Amino acid sequence: MNCLLCHSPYNPIASWRQLLFLEDLDVLCPRCRGLFKLIDGRLCEMCGRPLEEAKPSLCADCLRWQEDEQWGRVLVKNRSVYIYNDWMKEVVALWKFRGDYVIVEAFRRPFSQAFRRHFGRDWHIVPIPLSPERLYERGFNQAEALARLLPFPCFPWLSRKHSEKQSKKSRRERLETDNPFFLSGHPPINGKRIVLIDDIYTTGITVRHAARVLLEAGAAEVGALTLIRA
Amino acid sequence: MCIQRPSCVPHLVSWLNGQRLPREQLPFSDEEIKAAVQASWVHEHPGLIKTSSGWRCMRCGNEDARLFASFPCARCGTDCCYCRKCLMMGRISSCTHLVHVTMPLPSERHEAPLVWDGTLSAAQEDAAMAVKQAVLDRSELLVWAVCGAGKTEILFPAIAAALEKGWRVGLATPRTDVVRELAPRFRQAFPRVPLAVWYGGSEERGRIASLVLSTTHQLLRAYRVFDAMIVDEVDAFPYSAEPMLEYAVSQARKEQSSLIYLTATPSRAWQLDIARGKRQAAVIPARYHGHPLPVPVFEWCGNWRKRLERGRLPENVLAWVLHRLAQGKQAFLFVPHIDELEAVTRLLQRVDPRIVGVHAEAPDRAEHVQEFRDGRVPLLVTTTILERGVTVPNIDVAVLGAEDRIFTESALVQIAGRVGRHAAFPDGDVRFFHHGKTNEMVRARRHILRMNEEAKKRGLLRP
Repeated sequence: MNCLLCHSPYNPIASWRQLLFLEDLDVLCPRCRGLFKLIDGRLCEMCGRPLEEAKPSLCADCLRWQEDEQWGRVLVKNRSVYIYNDWMKEVVALWKFRGDYVIVEAFRRPFSQAFRRHFGRDWHIVPIPLSPERLYERGFNQAEALARLLPFPCFPWLSRKHSEKQSKKSRRERLETDNPFFLSGHPPINGKRIVLIDDIYTTGITVRHAARVLLEAGAAEVGALTLIRA
Repeated sequence: MCIQRPSCVPHLVSWLNGQRLPREQLPFSDEEIKAAVQASWVHEHPGLIKTSSGWRCMRCGNEDARLFASFPCARCGTDCCYCRKCLMMGRISSCTHLVHVTMPLPSERHEAPLVWDGTLSAAQEDAAMAVKQAVLDRSELLVWAVCGAGKTEILFPAIAAALEKGWRVGLATPRTDVVRELAPRFRQAFPRVPLAVWYGGSEERGRIASLVLSTTHQLLRAYRVFDAMIVDEVDAFPYSAEPMLEYAVSQARKEQSSLIYLTATPSRAWQLDIARGKRQAAVIPARYHGHPLPVPVFEWCGNWRKRLERGRLPENVLAWVLHRLAQGKQAFLFVPHIDELEAVTRLLQRVDPRIVGVHAEAPDRAEHVQEFRDGRVPLLVTTTILERGVTVPNIDVAVLGAEDRIFTESALVQIAGRVGRHAAFPDGDVRFFHHGKTNEMVRARRHILRMNEEAKKRGLLRP
């Protein structure tokens, strides 16, 4: 087998577990797999970032969110799979910006496991959409690619209008500017628990904007599962 | 509408010039492109085509099924196949179209373009004349020159002759560092000739000039551009087995054009062709300084991998290193893979903390190389031939695990070729530590001995 990322040949080690449960073999060589850093241990209850043992149960960012009356309770929680280390930055650049779609396969197992652990089948999966312009430019939506890894249906309940790239604005500006998300048609959201899927949680503004639209349409609660906590 | 304003169509043509690019990379509207296609100024064809066994990427020539994947494409709305091989140049998928200009490109003659007052050695002179003739005849020629023969200067008379005729010359090599290192030398030799340097991230990439220096990847932009195509296969280890370069060259040169290969280590098939007279070759068996090539010495070192696992180096390898350290002579130690590189470096750093390890993708590679050049690092453990510029005058070289598959004949010849490059220090030690001699090792040694013999026969060595 050749590694999906470095293309060098390797021998996947088949364990008894894999034989018994017919699990797929890893598409990455042990070296590439080892460079990803999973988030584990103690987490911020809110945003899922790793915390030191001595710290309070919310990180500084989330304490600040809580003080915000308008935005503090929009999201129940975010959970992420990986830390945003240099290796992950490289891989994301190749996957998202160069457009090497198939790399998403490397995240199939860890992403599904995180979904089962932190959410579960009674949550409805809604990927964060791209604007039609960005979708055309990129050719695919990376959040949808992640949502499709999960063994449950996903619902395209949200749409997004085109706005300039977020990274150029400050936090306050981003919060205040018009919410780019809106409902696609009239989806049956009332009383549902919804988990948003996205690639990266950085400031949490994107998922909160999306969550707000869903809550206003009657969703019971909204959480988020993201591949990376930056 | 564009049809009423035909002036915008030549603009597209001159913008595109000799490039072949995915349609979505052109800064022109759909109508403009459509009009140009209808007027047959430009031609459009699919980026991927179906073959009997799978797909072929028309930009990079990739046919390896493992390097294709598919995705739900938002542009065409189907499950679209794409090429993973040339992804860094923008994704080519089965709904992508490549666009190129059909008309002949304008050409420009240059009077007496060569300003270079160096002299060629007798062996270089012979090869230079052969290259010039091949360029003028639009034929193919292989220049087989040993490491340190001085390959670049050999090209100057031929390039000058082509430029005088108003031809375009392209020189391709697999590595960015080589392109960047060659650019100033060519600018100096041809100061009045427009020159474009193409590598990932360069502003000039894709710009067609009379003289173009390009990496393999960037050469994929050019389509039927060059009258004279020179391929510097270089000290290419570990990049030598790259079929993409061959494809890029076949697309970038004109149908009527010369093709010059420069190499120190032709493949076995080519060596056979030369011996049978099936391939034209100019051989330079001696270095410019006229001293013979250092011949590798084989030394058995037992099961070195097992020893590494136990945290020890084979005694003779350690002794070799200690000897260099005691003498104060700088050295390269080649190992097959990154894992071993790390283990060996850790062990050697106990002996001398200044020793460093560098692998091909190491981000701090340039710094360590500079430290080595400055003499602050006594020994460099590495998995790859470093920049060409690293012709450190007085060094020794050893390979640990020369039996590994990665060390082919050409890789070993290239490694041995690092030693004795400078006229002041034409000799040095080349040691292959192995756990079982391989055919490749024997061939590498024989290759070097044969070159020395030939040089002697032709009277190219200093008495």
